[in-house]
Amino acid sequence: MSTPILQVRNLTKHFPLKNALGAKTGQVRALDDLSFTVHKGETLGIVGESGCGKSTTARLLMQLIAPTSGEVMFEGKAVGSRDLPLKEFHRQVQMVFQDSYSSLNPRLTVETSIAFGPQMHGVSEREATARARDLLSRVGLEPARFAGRYPHELSGGQRQRVNIARALALQPRVVILDEAVSALDKSVEAQVLNLLLDLKEAFDLTYLFISHDLNVVRYISDRVMVMYLGQTVELGQTEAIFANPLHPYSQALLASMPSMDPDHRTEAPPIAGDPPNPINPPSGCRFHTRCKFVQAACSANAQQLFASKGFEHHVACEFFELNANKNKVFKEKANQPLAETAL
Amino acid sequence: MISTPLPLSIAPVEQSPGYWSGVLRRFAKDRVAMFAGAVVLILVILALFGPWLTPADPYQSSMLKRLRPIGTDGFPLGTDELGRDMLSRLMVGARLSLFMGITPVICAFAIGATLGILAGFVGGWVNSIIMRTIDVFYAFPSVLLAIALSGALGAGIGNALLSLTLVFVPPICRVAESVTSQIRSRDFVEAARASGANAFAIIRVHVLGNVLGPIFVYSTSLIAVSMILASGLSFLGLGVKPPEPEWGLMLNTLRTAIYTQPWVAALPGLMIFITSMSFNMLSDGLRSAMDVKQ
Repeated sequence: MSTPILQVRNLTKHFPLKNALGAKTGQVRALDDLSFTVHKGETLGIVGESGCGKSTTARLLMQLIAPTSGEVMFEGKAVGSRDLPLKEFHRQVQMVFQDSYSSLNPRLTVETSIAFGPQMHGVSEREATARARDLLSRVGLEPARFAGRYPHELSGGQRQRVNIARALALQPRVVILDEAVSALDKSVEAQVLNLLLDLKEAFDLTYLFISHDLNVVRYISDRVMVMYLGQTVELGQTEAIFANPLHPYSQALLASMPSMDPDHRTEAPPIAGDPPNPINPPSGCRFHTRCKFVQAACSANAQQLFASKGFEHHVACEFFELNANKNKVFKEKANQPLAETAL
Repeated sequence: MISTPLPLSIAPVEQSPGYWSGVLRRFAKDRVAMFAGAVVLILVILALFGPWLTPADPYQSSMLKRLRPIGTDGFPLGTDELGRDMLSRLMVGARLSLFMGITPVICAFAIGATLGILAGFVGGWVNSIIMRTIDVFYAFPSVLLAIALSGALGAGIGNALLSLTLVFVPPICRVAESVTSQIRSRDFVEAARASGANAFAIIRVHVLGNVLGPIFVYSTSLIAVSMILASGLSFLGLGVKPPEPEWGLMLNTLRTAIYTQPWVAALPGLMIFITSMSFNMLSDGLRSAMDVKQ
């Protein structure tokens, strides 16, 4: 297999907590030892509930904040090293933010905003403006009408199209979409998603698609990574995960999707309580406080990713085979002595 | 489909009216602000061309014509304690008084905005050092600080300007720091960083356009304060020296005549009042014209 376009190794981010005098009193473990790869041309979806570290991951990847430890490799070269200076990395990897309004400068016209990036990379103003006009028409905004407008004159969907054009202005190869369609209403969201798919085809892009909306992730992603409390719990092909989730958390997350069929609506919440505080995460498997298949070993053993059914599907639960058979097998095994179960 | 060759000819596009033309439109609708603007304009014309417009020589004194009342033939606003024409002196005095009011604010704007934007944008320990130093200046009441500095440096226009500048740097710096750190947390600054732009380009393109307006409006509101402080310094003998006509100094020298010609003695104070009110209303109008939810 060729070198992955993006490789994340043991990425960790702890935000220090300080008291009024500046002394360190603790840390928020936003991201712990995260590793994954993104292959050229694919869309990797990242899902998880609020506060699980999705956006921290995006900001770390973009080098907007410094990691506590770990590294990001682009095409096998460490980002920020002599082989790949930060500026060159930023030309290759771009990001679209969630808040379409806050991510555009209210004092600049749309085309000036789009043309800013290329000009920072030595493209002449004239050429950058021409590129901005071209991209505006690519994202479905007629340049003659929209190029000279200001952000407050556009709708949310139009602004997000401008943001996408701005990200593409540097002709990047990877685009990180951090909840890029979450703030849009459903019909506009669908249009923008289709636009993203068209652009991916046209410009040969690789996407990292961060969202909390499972339907959207299923629609757009080739592979999905499920995160819980700063760690990966499951990573695999989209259809494999949606058809047969192996981790109890993924199972609960998918069960929380509203069904379109009234006869299949679930009344009982699939998972209880709030996520634990990342300042003081649970020992062992971080999900064990809310897992319905919890066992004695779960609070003791930290879980790494296990491969299941070949190479493509990984899950961070040593009991996933038991859990796959759900309650029936689980109940049988639970009656056996603990020592045997732990093995 | 790979990207098509870029069209290099740039067709004209429909240009939206910019933010500043909207500000101008809203300001033009504000009658109070327009009136204040007109008064300021007249004062500025007086300051620039006063010496050529006066009906009499403002320095020509006469022991025989001392302290004439308002409406005296030949002296429409009376004469001062040395028999000089009040109207001429007030007109010429606009120059020094406005100069003393505006110059310190311009200097303080340059210094305070630079420091504040730096502190707000860089953050961290740079912010702490700048802002804590500014806080030290804040510990003194501004009038006291201006008097103390002028007193220590010695009387004279230059020293008065210097001390007034130092008085206005801290408040401007504080406003600049707070608006800059607000803008810095917006996503478009993050996006600019993500596009590989250096800090200098981000400040020039994305920060200045968003922060200079509010800082400028705040600074215009300080012109009134500066004029009053400058007049106060002159009144105490720490600013302009006689016989130069300056409203604060005139107020001081006419103070002895307050019982014989109270209306004439009050005229310089009236001018100070009108000017500072006009600047205040002007900056209020600017603020509401610029304060728009976008």
